[in-house]
Amino acid sequence: MSHETAGAAVAPPRRRRRAEGWWPLVFLGPLMIGIVVFYFWPILATVINSFSTFGPFGGRSFNGLANYAELLTDSFIPRAILNTLIYTLIVLCGIPLAVCFASLLNQKGLRFARFYQVLFFLPAVSMPVAVALVWRMIFNKEFGLVNWLLSAVGIEGPYWVTAPWWSLLAVSIVGLWASLPLAIIILGAGLRGIPAELYEAAQLDGAGPVRQFFSVTVPLLTPSIFFLSIITAINGFQLFDLLFAMMGQANPAMADTQSLVYLFYSEAFRQNNQGYASVIALLILAIIGLFTLLQFRLQRRWVHYE
Amino acid sequence: MSEQTTRPTPRPVTPRSRPRWATHVVLLIGGILMVFPFLWQINMSLSTQAEVTSVPPSWFPAKPQWSNYSAVFEQVPFFRQFLNTALVTIARVIGQLLLCALAGYAFARMRFPGKNILFALVLSILMVPYQIYLIPQYGVIQNLGLLNTIAGIAAPGVFSAFGTFLMRQHFLSMPASLEEAARLDGANPWQTFWRIMFPLSGPALSAVAILTALASWNDLMWPLIAATYEEKTTLAVGLTSMQGQFTTDYPVMMAASFLAMLPLMILFIVLQRRVVEGLAHSGMKG
Repeated sequence: MSHETAGAAVAPPRRRRRAEGWWPLVFLGPLMIGIVVFYFWPILATVINSFSTFGPFGGRSFNGLANYAELLTDSFIPRAILNTLIYTLIVLCGIPLAVCFASLLNQKGLRFARFYQVLFFLPAVSMPVAVALVWRMIFNKEFGLVNWLLSAVGIEGPYWVTAPWWSLLAVSIVGLWASLPLAIIILGAGLRGIPAELYEAAQLDGAGPVRQFFSVTVPLLTPSIFFLSIITAINGFQLFDLLFAMMGQANPAMADTQSLVYLFYSEAFRQNNQGYASVIALLILAIIGLFTLLQFRLQRRWVHYE
Repeated sequence: MSEQTTRPTPRPVTPRSRPRWATHVVLLIGGILMVFPFLWQINMSLSTQAEVTSVPPSWFPAKPQWSNYSAVFEQVPFFRQFLNTALVTIARVIGQLLLCALAGYAFARMRFPGKNILFALVLSILMVPYQIYLIPQYGVIQNLGLLNTIAGIAAPGVFSAFGTFLMRQHFLSMPASLEEAARLDGANPWQTFWRIMFPLSGPALSAVAILTALASWNDLMWPLIAATYEEKTTLAVGLTSMQGQFTTDYPVMMAASFLAMLPLMILFIVLQRRVVEGLAHSGMKG
């Protein structure tokens, strides 16, 4: 091994030049088999499926662009996109709220911080289906808490779970609530990156807490807020669990409330229309791809990794 | 403010001189609103059907109905589904820890042709929404004869691009000197990995384990399509079928959904710091 140390003096970035042989295959093989079978192949298969039609008992035939043509004429598609957009926009409204709570939770020397964390982060570990069932009770027309509170101020509450627009609003409110923990965690990481000196300087200049929040915290947090907005939008477009569990498949309002992913599920696994469902999946890919592209474009400007 | 600046201590205790009690009032109200659905769920799970459906609402059960919890195990194949969920989660966590650590180590530390292209291909999976994979994955599981089995529900989630990415980042950050020493002692790559690098990967492994456990335990879509029989499926699917069309036993449904969430809640409260760190990673997934 002595020649190796001698070589180090000549070439500083000494990499171990040692034949790794078949070892990379041993290490990577098990994962790659699964990745190829469950991820690489399915991407290809979905593209092929999108040009195919499936018989009721299996068997596929090529049908050219017929599935794509169906996408353009299907009246459920624009409605599903609209529903998904409305849901996403309402969930995005949670971000200012998350900024406030994150900045309160991340104050240095805050007492009971661990206790507050439990309160605020509990929804992040809870099964969406299970919390959806609870919220369904809270939004119940006859005996739900929300309508009871509304009746206290003289308003007759709507059918939150079975009326088209109201059910979308109810699902969105639950989505907002469920999205807060992760938002607060991501913003917390951004907040801890703000140098304490800035606050001291602001304090010396006579800025009060509110002024500090708007002049120091918010501007320096914009990178995190942007990043969070993209993630929230992408997650919002994946709406399925909450909708499925809060409304139930037999809900008469589902046709007017369904999200793009629900439409995909129903075409693929209930109508057995896998060719068309593949086109919907590709549409979801395109929309989310657009968000991802936006993120990459913008992150050059505003994200810096330590 | 004036007392802050005239105080002899050079650095104030907090960056912002906010009245403490106001902070605590806001946090307490916000926090209680966040956990309110869980408190309400517990209340309903211990009430009678009449109390749950009463107007105005009943804030406390007159007599806690513990029998609702035993009814959960009688009315639905709850225990069976609980077991299925646990087995799927354990299979996925162990599978991912091993496979992602192995692959992450290879991507971080080994040299072989095409490494960067292969890694980029694996990462590209993260950009693609899961709907793209679902129909063909169903076909694969069907062809393997694994529909309605634990293995079939667990299988796709055992292979994770994100876990591999996290493990690679972790191994990249470890000093090379550890491996050099092992190599000089004549250890082969497997021994180096298994005896030295893997045991030193606690934080990264726990992040992968926690994220996998959360995703697996709470997943609805995949078990919904991969298992069609009530006794073969997981809790998430079982809960959605609990709400009958006409008569639903609400207190029992609330007890069941509370029990379904309990294991992860306990995990979170016990391993709070680790879980929060793990969740912070999930933000990168996007």
